[in-house]
Amino acid sequence: MSPTANKSLNPLPNKERMKVPRQCMPEQAADERNKNFSEVNLGYSPELARQEALRCLECSKPSCTDNCPVGVDVKKFVELIVAGDFLAAAAKIRESNVLPAVTGRVCPQEDHCEGHCLLSKKVKPLGIGYLERFVADYEQRMGNHVVPNVPPTGKKIAVVGSGPSGLTVAGDLIQKGHKVRVFEALHELGGVLVYGIPEFRLPKQIIREQLDYMREMGVEFETDVVVGRTVTIDELINEEGYDAVYIGTGAGLPQFMGIPGEHLNGVYSANEFLTRINLMKAYKFPQYDEPMLDLHGKDVAVIGGGNTALDAIRSALRLGARKAHVIYRRSDAEMPARAEEVHHAKQEGIDFQMLTAPVEFLSDGKGWLTAVKCVRMELGEPDSTGRRRPVPVKGSEFDLPLSVAIMAIGTTANPIVPSTTPGLGTDKRGYIVADAEKQRTTRKGVFAGGDIVTGAATVILAMGAGRRAAASIHEYLATGEW
Amino acid sequence: MFKIIHAEFLAPGIKRLVLAAPRIARKQKPGQFVILRVHEEGERIPVTIENSDPARGTISIVVQAAGKTTQMLTALNAGENILDVVGPLGKPSEIENFGTVVVVGGGVGTAMAYPSAAAFKKAGNRVISIVGARNKELVILEQEMRAVSHTLLITTDDGSYADKGFVTDKLRQLIENGTRIDLVLAIGPIVMMKAVAEVTRKENIRTMVSLNPIMIDGTGMCGGCRVLIDNKSEFACVDGPEFDAHKVNFDVLVQRNSMYRDAEQRSLAEYRRELAEKPAGSCRGECKAADHADGDRAKDNSANQDCAIAQGGRR
Repeated sequence: MSPTANKSLNPLPNKERMKVPRQCMPEQAADERNKNFSEVNLGYSPELARQEALRCLECSKPSCTDNCPVGVDVKKFVELIVAGDFLAAAAKIRESNVLPAVTGRVCPQEDHCEGHCLLSKKVKPLGIGYLERFVADYEQRMGNHVVPNVPPTGKKIAVVGSGPSGLTVAGDLIQKGHKVRVFEALHELGGVLVYGIPEFRLPKQIIREQLDYMREMGVEFETDVVVGRTVTIDELINEEGYDAVYIGTGAGLPQFMGIPGEHLNGVYSANEFLTRINLMKAYKFPQYDEPMLDLHGKDVAVIGGGNTALDAIRSALRLGARKAHVIYRRSDAEMPARAEEVHHAKQEGIDFQMLTAPVEFLSDGKGWLTAVKCVRMELGEPDSTGRRRPVPVKGSEFDLPLSVAIMAIGTTANPIVPSTTPGLGTDKRGYIVADAEKQRTTRKGVFAGGDIVTGAATVILAMGAGRRAAASIHEYLATGEW
Repeated sequence: MFKIIHAEFLAPGIKRLVLAAPRIARKQKPGQFVILRVHEEGERIPVTIENSDPARGTISIVVQAAGKTTQMLTALNAGENILDVVGPLGKPSEIENFGTVVVVGGGVGTAMAYPSAAAFKKAGNRVISIVGARNKELVILEQEMRAVSHTLLITTDDGSYADKGFVTDKLRQLIENGTRIDLVLAIGPIVMMKAVAEVTRKENIRTMVSLNPIMIDGTGMCGGCRVLIDNKSEFACVDGPEFDAHKVNFDVLVQRNSMYRDAEQRSLAEYRRELAEKPAGSCRGECKAADHADGDRAKDNSANQDCAIAQGGRR
């Protein structure tokens, strides 16, 4: 991995590049943004982007790309930013990533590209996510939509689910000349990008623009179709003539802890809480019809330490919660949430009750939540995930007053597609079995990827699976070999 | 968009809408439901499927005006559209030849019970149906139920039609008369289903009820429809909506369905105010629906258990 500047467009010698500080992302002030749903990060200006791009060491074997689930050519697109050709930079990213405006915002870069950036051995890593976001937004502002002109192959693919993995499959396959139709269960397209991730982290307008782009490329969409109920996988293949099917149905039902009081009014799953806010706009009730509990002046807590947990509790804060707590049974180091979100949440005034676990939800005797009884934890021996197992500390119980509790402790597999698709193999937890290399299921012509295969993971991992699936679907349609 | 082919009131405030929904029509089985959304700012609510016609590509849904969304639905007429209709959702009823099946339909729940009764008869069962309603006007689908039942028993709370009393009175009579009952399917207000469960529990008669909890996506994602079955969480949209009545915690269902009572009433009040502010002549039957709902709402307020209807939901 020897840094080289051969024929580089970057005018700075390597030593100088290390001296340029990582350019800060302009953001809304914490005490303002915790009262609104506008985006926290405001995006780089062209000047900031160029300045940040100058920091790239242009490694001969870039481990950023090696560690990107969709294999974005980071070195090249960053070089194009240095050269000031932002549209070319966007086009370069689009070769491997159909949703750059999304991943630029929600990808946990510290686990992928930036986590492996050579700069990070000495200084802060290159702001790859910020740069990706910048060029994607720039391309969008310029209205620069390149619609590929490829001869039609005459093959038809059904994509089940319009979340990040399904959209990746659709975007990749439409560019190969296949006909693609995406089926979505909800009334709005985008899957978790729309019902799950809040506006302040991923404005819905961005998804709409990406979807418009895909429509221009020829992707067809059909909402209000629950595959497995409205139409089965077998009917799509045998009766509607699809040559291949991709299943990207995403996360399933929320898990609960099984502790007393989880059925009290005021206890939500994070999926329900976020769906009411993001998809149904319940916070605009009564303009919108879907209701939610009024959080103004209320004490709210989320149970869990992932991105979903932080999305939920930061939304609660924005909806007027007086106190907003995160209750997480392990310590900071084990928190699965994106580093930037934890940082932002702390700035906004979220209280973190670490090494703490709920044991019982308490009621007013009329079915409404009033408090949660918690116990403090300490870390013991590592468990099967390699993380140190939290163990309750005897006698450390305490009550935290609460009006609303949000459970964000993971999901289980959605049974609808497997239970209605004979011969589709699942693992013991109910997730669809697909090989890691080609995303093939146990049914010929049927591929699967994303959370319905791996269990709850990230947008970028789902997109990576979609990308692998698109390549192997293309190969399968060309050769007929399984 | 889903076009309304035909619309008619079955009773005051209870409307049948026949929709063009070819995909749903092909797949619908007894016991399943749809979720729909009336307008861009609308909520998603579960609604009963009465039956379907795969050849014509239509489904028939039955809605009772209670909250804002059901008010809007019952104001719709043939030629108009419903923005989103998704389904058929939930597991179908388990239909086989059990022997003698008693199908109990309470109020608008009769519409949900009807396709199951028909399927039980077709499967060779002796079908005894009991239909209950508050009064004569609210008895729905009498002819339809008669056609798919060997015996049809009707009760009204006030005695204005058929026998005065409750569906449980008829059920108890059947048991006391020594009628052998292999299965009971009860669909209606929660308080009715709970009462049926208590009657059959003592006799050890297998009993299924169709639950109508708060629901949003209906596809196994949000978990809003969780119900307590045998003290464990299950999800009505994927594990139900039908459950073993003797394992259902009805009190938790009543409590959770009351979660948005205040919001629902506020929403309805604002909707009515909007309607009232509309210039004369622009009404397309909304007034009629709104009038009917007054009775329902009064009942919702007095009878806490009837929140299924206040929900604007599936019954």
